[in-house]
Amino acid sequence: MTNPMLSRRGFMLRGLVGGTAATVGIPILDMFLNGNGTAYAATVGGGALPVRFGTWFWGCGMIPNRWEPKTVGANYDLPPQLEPIKAVQKHVSVLSGFDVNLDGKGNLPHLSGNTAVRTGAAADSWEAIQAPSFDVLIADAVGNGSFFRALNLSADGNPRTSYSYRNGSSMNAASPSPTDFYRQLFGLDFHDPNSAEFKPDPRYIARRSVLSVVAEQRKALVASAGAADRARLDEYFTSVRELESKLALQLQKPPPAEACVRPAEPAALPAGTDLTDTPTRLGQHKLMSGLLAMALACNQTRIFNMAFSAAASDLRQTGETTGYHQSTHEELVDRSLGYQPTVDKFTTQSMVAWADFVEALASVREGDGTLLDNCLVFAHSEVSYARNHDLAGIPVMIAGRAGGKVKNGVHVRGAGEPISRIGLTMQQVMGMPVESWGKDVMRTTKPVSEILV
Amino acid sequence: MKPRTILLAGAAALTAASMALAMTREGRADDAGTVTPDGSVRRLTEAQYRRVVADVFGQDIRVVGRFEPDKRVDGLVAVGSSMVSVTASGFDQYEGIARGIAEQVVDKDHRATLVGCEPAAGDTEGQACVSRFFAKVGPRLYRRAMAPAEIARFTAATLEAGRTLGDFHAGLATGLTAMLSSPEFLFRFERPAANGKLGGYARASRISFLLWNAPPDATLMEAAAAGTLDTPQGLATQVDRLMASPRFEDGMRAFFNDFLLLDDLDTLAKDSVLFPQFNANVAGLLKEQTLRTVVDLLVTNKGDYRDLFTTRRIAMHRALGPIYTVPVAGRDWTMHEFPEGDPRTGLLTHAGMLALHSHPGRTSPTLRGKAIQEALLCRKIPAPPANVSFAVVQDVNNPTLKTTRARLKAHLDDEECATCHRVTDPIGLALEQFDGVGQHRVTERGEPIDASGEFGGAAFTDAVALGKLFHDNADVSSCVVRTAWRYATGREPRAGDEPPIARLQAAFPKVGYRMTDLMRAIALSITLDPVPRAPASRQQVAIRTGVPPS
Repeated sequence: MTNPMLSRRGFMLRGLVGGTAATVGIPILDMFLNGNGTAYAATVGGGALPVRFGTWFWGCGMIPNRWEPKTVGANYDLPPQLEPIKAVQKHVSVLSGFDVNLDGKGNLPHLSGNTAVRTGAAADSWEAIQAPSFDVLIADAVGNGSFFRALNLSADGNPRTSYSYRNGSSMNAASPSPTDFYRQLFGLDFHDPNSAEFKPDPRYIARRSVLSVVAEQRKALVASAGAADRARLDEYFTSVRELESKLALQLQKPPPAEACVRPAEPAALPAGTDLTDTPTRLGQHKLMSGLLAMALACNQTRIFNMAFSAAASDLRQTGETTGYHQSTHEELVDRSLGYQPTVDKFTTQSMVAWADFVEALASVREGDGTLLDNCLVFAHSEVSYARNHDLAGIPVMIAGRAGGKVKNGVHVRGAGEPISRIGLTMQQVMGMPVESWGKDVMRTTKPVSEILV
Repeated sequence: MKPRTILLAGAAALTAASMALAMTREGRADDAGTVTPDGSVRRLTEAQYRRVVADVFGQDIRVVGRFEPDKRVDGLVAVGSSMVSVTASGFDQYEGIARGIAEQVVDKDHRATLVGCEPAAGDTEGQACVSRFFAKVGPRLYRRAMAPAEIARFTAATLEAGRTLGDFHAGLATGLTAMLSSPEFLFRFERPAANGKLGGYARASRISFLLWNAPPDATLMEAAAAGTLDTPQGLATQVDRLMASPRFEDGMRAFFNDFLLLDDLDTLAKDSVLFPQFNANVAGLLKEQTLRTVVDLLVTNKGDYRDLFTTRRIAMHRALGPIYTVPVAGRDWTMHEFPEGDPRTGLLTHAGMLALHSHPGRTSPTLRGKAIQEALLCRKIPAPPANVSFAVVQDVNNPTLKTTRARLKAHLDDEECATCHRVTDPIGLALEQFDGVGQHRVTERGEPIDASGEFGGAAFTDAVALGKLFHDNADVSSCVVRTAWRYATGREPRAGDEPPIARLQAAFPKVGYRMTDLMRAIALSITLDPVPRAPASRQQVAIRTGVPPS
């Protein structure tokens, strides 16, 4: 990838963020400081409608010969575990056979693979995660102009179920319920972009102006802190600045968004609802997907991360002693079927959820097409065959046309190529001037051109 | 190397200048600080945040919102608190929680008592009132003295907000929101004095958060201001005062809550068909049961920590009767004594502990054994190898391997698995006579359950006998000392920390393993012993100098 800015100054971001392996041009600094991110938005899609990026996660992978299509290219076949995506297949590309290479490092079950997919470097403990997940890199680049830099959601009710992080100590916690998410998005701070009336509320002016008293404490505190503490304080003060810009946005009339309709407030779940029960989880996830789609249509964010289930999935069937994750390790392969039947059922249910998610975005009309057409969604798990935590061929699916930059409905076989190629592709499609991504053996300069228009 | 040295020297010069500035501003040299060792900035836990708000503004101020999740590092949230920061979405939440609090403080129901003044004839904007308000609440929220200039900045910003909003109280709420969103409220800054020891306010916070899990009270703040905490005698007087207070129970509960991972019971779910006796209410009561039992033995009766593993005395609640199959009269908590010979003795047989380290649908000797080895014996159990099949082991319908023990034994045929399972499983198998929610049972699918095994070179027959071996095991008592020290300092020990920890461990038997004596000794040690510096990693140097590591 060529970028005039890169040849001018081959600046490394590496030292700034503590060991990340991304090589980017100098404008990254401007990008961080850019108050509206419009420079980048303009390069994406080329139209008036913003392109959004998001990730969708499910735990415990799949059974390769029940999930991987046999044919490549368009109109790929749907093996049994992919059968649920039939109705949305034209929106979904399948990327199989892209590997995580541990390069001699240990495989910490359910963590190593996931960190490699998300950061381009496998880490065998949370503390070892050094680089940001690439959704954070994309959010840093294009997330500035919207009210929320990024939105994180988990359908399992746990705010810790999030694979979006700046490093192992800084995880972006997820909104764990439809009610929590609704209050965050469509509560008192929400301005209907299509409302004719707009009067800047002085409360935002006041809230913003007092934050300067907080921000000005930085110098004294940072001066006396050790290096690691200083980095943590800097993260805090960056968060303060982010709220300041968010409050500033509240004083401008938001541009109209034709598809935006403030949704009805969802009812709270009855106390003690068991979200590990698969049908209950599917319902919760569907509700949250609909709210997220509306948050995107209302231009509240350009970046999102949705987790249907955690790594080492907690999905269960009520009344069974053994749930999804335990079954992957403990269930015998049925001799007549040739696979683990309980595991198969849970994986297929996870694909039902993925189809629900794609449908939620595709059902919102936007411009000449749909909201999904202006999205780029990267779906993945943390392993391929969960029974032995296999990191070869971790399943990935891409949905949405990214405003016309991406081809949908194809199957690409990676044949053992590093999975970091997909992360690099996502960053480049979102307009980032990144020429390589990943660390050591996972470093790559090759995007997955098969899905590019 | 040369430019790097210059940069570091420049940073040091800057620090010296800001130190002098801070000294004049705060009026006390000891809290000014040089560059502090890493781990000196700890984010308040949710419980501590709530405690500070309740102490400063009263119990009836509601704290509503979702906090940034805590991070548990090597078993302790306290250690994770010195590694986390505040993300953008987290700061959003903190600011929202702060606004909720501030709006209540200034509302019509509270302003008379909590604000206590209004704009007046000679002070139409209310400057004197705002200034007085921040001078009163500011030091309590920051847990240190505040300079007039700091108060003045908050006052000016508040008055400006009041003008913008055309409402004095709305402006005050906005200014208070900023203070409640400030780093010095959300984090604990442990500033050392020039002699390398902790400064007075840092000492005050350390002992009050350790012993009360609460901010320093007025008396302690006065002692810090007066320099009383700089002397061992003055410090001991305050430590003894804090320990004599009923609030010491809160401190001990907070420690055991973190140490035994009891917060995980708040979100523990069991299969509702297999274990209809278990629900969220029961889980909460099981947590309370263990905490009450600990407080009864170790605080109220000033007991021996080792007796926690052998005592037949346990806090009991009516709703827990079905789990323990004991009749419970009355609606309040009572202390219950299991009869001699009962299979329930000690912490290892608390249903909360047993349920916490089981699967949702059944027991797990491995999870139980691992948790006990790690938390109570301070041993690190590695993660299982990634490429391993548990299928033979866990086939609950296996016609020949009926019990969990028989199935796990088959697993030991694999040497790679055996090295860890020989460590975890014997302890877990000793607890097999308790099911996935901690109910007693003697058979599994018709087969009698064998709970015998070996621990520390001695054979045992069941959980009761294992409890006795835990009581007499030196690793059990030295582990709690180390864990309490890590809890108190919020970080992992460095080289220079080992001698004081070894002294604490050696002293524990001499005071009859009394937990109260241990907490007192730790409170004094962590405030009086010098703070060793951590060598800066290459990466940290890179952050400081801006030179990337090669």
